[in-house]
Amino acid sequence: MDVLLLSRLQFAVATLFHFLFVPLTLGLAVLLAIMETLYVKTGDKEYQRMAKFWGKLFLINFAVGVVTGITLEFQFGTNWSRYSSIVGDIFGSLLAIEATMAFFLESTFIAVWHFGWKRLSPLAHAVCIWLVAAASTFSAVWILIANSWMQHPVGYHEVWNEAVGMTRFELVNFFEVITQPYAIVQILHTLAGAYLLAGFFVMGVSAYNILRKKETLFFVRSFRMALIFGFIFSVATVGLGDLKGQEVGKYQPSKLAALESHWETETRAPFYLFLVPDPKNERNLFEFGKIPGGLSLLMGHSLDTEVVGLKDIPKEDRPPVTLTFLSFRIMVGLGFLFILLTVVGLFKRNKLEKSPGFLKIMVLALPLPYLSNEFGWIVAEVGRQPWIVYGKLRTADAVSRIAVSQVVPSLAAFILVYGLLGALAFYLIYHHARKGPAPLAP
Amino acid sequence: MLETTWFVLWGILWAAYFMLDGFDLGLGSLLPFVTKNEEEKRKVYASLGPFWDGNEVWLITAGGVTFAAFPKTYAILFSSLYSALMLLLFALILRGVSIEFRGKMQSARWKSFWDGGMFVGSLLAALLLGVAFANIFQGIPIDGEGVYHGTLLTLLNPYGLLGGLLFVALFLVHGALWLAVKTDGDIHRRAVSYAKGLWPVLAVVAVLFLVYTAFATNLYANYLDMPLLFVIPLLCVAGLFLSRIFLAGDKLWNAWFASSLTIVGAAMFGVMGLYPNLLPSSLDSAHSLTAFNTMSSPLTLKIMLGVTLVFVPLVIGYQVWVYRLFRHKVTAEDLAYEEAY
Repeated sequence: MDVLLLSRLQFAVATLFHFLFVPLTLGLAVLLAIMETLYVKTGDKEYQRMAKFWGKLFLINFAVGVVTGITLEFQFGTNWSRYSSIVGDIFGSLLAIEATMAFFLESTFIAVWHFGWKRLSPLAHAVCIWLVAAASTFSAVWILIANSWMQHPVGYHEVWNEAVGMTRFELVNFFEVITQPYAIVQILHTLAGAYLLAGFFVMGVSAYNILRKKETLFFVRSFRMALIFGFIFSVATVGLGDLKGQEVGKYQPSKLAALESHWETETRAPFYLFLVPDPKNERNLFEFGKIPGGLSLLMGHSLDTEVVGLKDIPKEDRPPVTLTFLSFRIMVGLGFLFILLTVVGLFKRNKLEKSPGFLKIMVLALPLPYLSNEFGWIVAEVGRQPWIVYGKLRTADAVSRIAVSQVVPSLAAFILVYGLLGALAFYLIYHHARKGPAPLAP
Repeated sequence: MLETTWFVLWGILWAAYFMLDGFDLGLGSLLPFVTKNEEEKRKVYASLGPFWDGNEVWLITAGGVTFAAFPKTYAILFSSLYSALMLLLFALILRGVSIEFRGKMQSARWKSFWDGGMFVGSLLAALLLGVAFANIFQGIPIDGEGVYHGTLLTLLNPYGLLGGLLFVALFLVHGALWLAVKTDGDIHRRAVSYAKGLWPVLAVVAVLFLVYTAFATNLYANYLDMPLLFVIPLLCVAGLFLSRIFLAGDKLWNAWFASSLTIVGAAMFGVMGLYPNLLPSSLDSAHSLTAFNTMSSPLTLKIMLGVTLVFVPLVIGYQVWVYRLFRHKVTAEDLAYEEAY
């Protein structure tokens, strides 16, 4: 166990845990804003009830998202100090902008929303939650621009800085950093994936209560709203995923080769429905369901697209194949499943109470978008290895020069504290989801 | 010029953070003492409910700006203070979760558990922030490679601990004054008497700190070089006395603002004394990290300046609006509705 591996594990734990709560914040904020807007427009108090009920679950979730986010900002400095020194000129500014532009707006207005039900007009109150939805989206935009820069570094040069006494990456073109196509696709794909999670969350909780025959009208209405939302973003996520794959293929050939476990550089590269990677022997142990030219088509929408194979990438530059490959396949499989489930839902939307089988499936499906979101991040980050800045800076050269004796306790603490926190948070959400909405005020 | 501008902005962000989260952390630390029953506890949470999260973001921003403007300082500071910062992090996590989870279940044991968390998280955070900053003023053992030759215990030296005590005292008074402003009745009276009782403790610790600073740090050098700067600690001391005077005259909002001045003054006293150092090395001043040997490129500093000059006033604007919207005292009626803590 060395500082590098421990720090990587710690960052993974912290980020994956944080990302259990972020997608729901992103998507549910929008759903809440829609509910409140409908209340303002129609005056139907049921919409206000919906906003209050789903809002209560939102607040539990949001709190954990906020506190676990601080960890990430600290960790760039604590465990990745060499990374921070070398690329802070670009990366640090993106994070600082995220704080000034997004975090303040989000944290300030969620509090106004929480406490302002009686102090603000329905319209002003609805504006607050729209601001929260916008702010959390801005936040995602900036952090994803930052991550995209790590995946495909642009707009910078590597230069010896005399005053600072080191060679570092310095910003040359800010506009290029914030508008590069890789980032735009990354942002849209991640947001869509988050929004679909919110849709499935609301559908899952609603289905659970419809099955218990608790507040059926309320939950049928919630389900149907979330269904449309979930359907749109399920389709969007897959479509944008295709675009994302192309960007990865263009700029991160080693990641693409790993997530497909593709070994030979070739055009008309085949796609296999099922395969078992054998990285030690630089091949796949077993391949099944060959679609000739399928991979080239997926990557570049043309049979002549050359797909670089892992064999042509030096061993020290290859990411962990099996983990990347499995994560990718699970994520994609789930992505298609979400489309299927929401399409079925669209057909059954007017007879939900008479479809207990479908409702049970939607309850069981609730955790699935959490898995797809997490596996997506595993593909993104593990697939980028051994680079912390793709092709330019290795993860091994980026870690802090600190003692193992410091990281072991902090890693253990994160696992323990986050484990407890996660259990408590999900228990609270479950408790209040079961409790249902407050009765309509007389 | 850019470096100095950013140095001062950096200081202001920390000062703003201490002024705002200071009352949350102080009030959280007072919780078990200043409240005698469930309703009073809920009033404490309600008094900081609309503000605490927005206050905490100033920390994220101060940290983010350290990263953006002085990345090498951010890197070496955070990795050197590793254990202290991890403890701070867990304290803040505990504090935040305690506030948000406490009211979500009706069991007395649940609430009591999170009240404990609120207390421990708030007090620990206040203490660690003070210890961290005192050590920054004093300098820490970093070498030419930016490697820290110490442990957590190194930071718990007398001056560091005094800094911790100072922050705790500052925040306790600040929190007590906030509670006094926001409440009526028994709890209000108790808050006032805590503020009055803690003030002399704060005054003594502050004097000790100011004196010890002359021996433990180089902070006064800048002030002696440019005596005009003495206006900063003077304002800090003025704030301290004014807060007591206003408290005696029952002008509680004024007292709280004076307490804010004390905190901002104390933070800026430290920051301007530190200049141009951001993190002095106690091993060799040649290894000290300064605004001039850790700053980002001029392009980054200029872009960040533009962003800051647009967004920070905006943030101040809407945060002031929120403080005004919720300026009323917390009443039993506020606690009665469903969404209250």
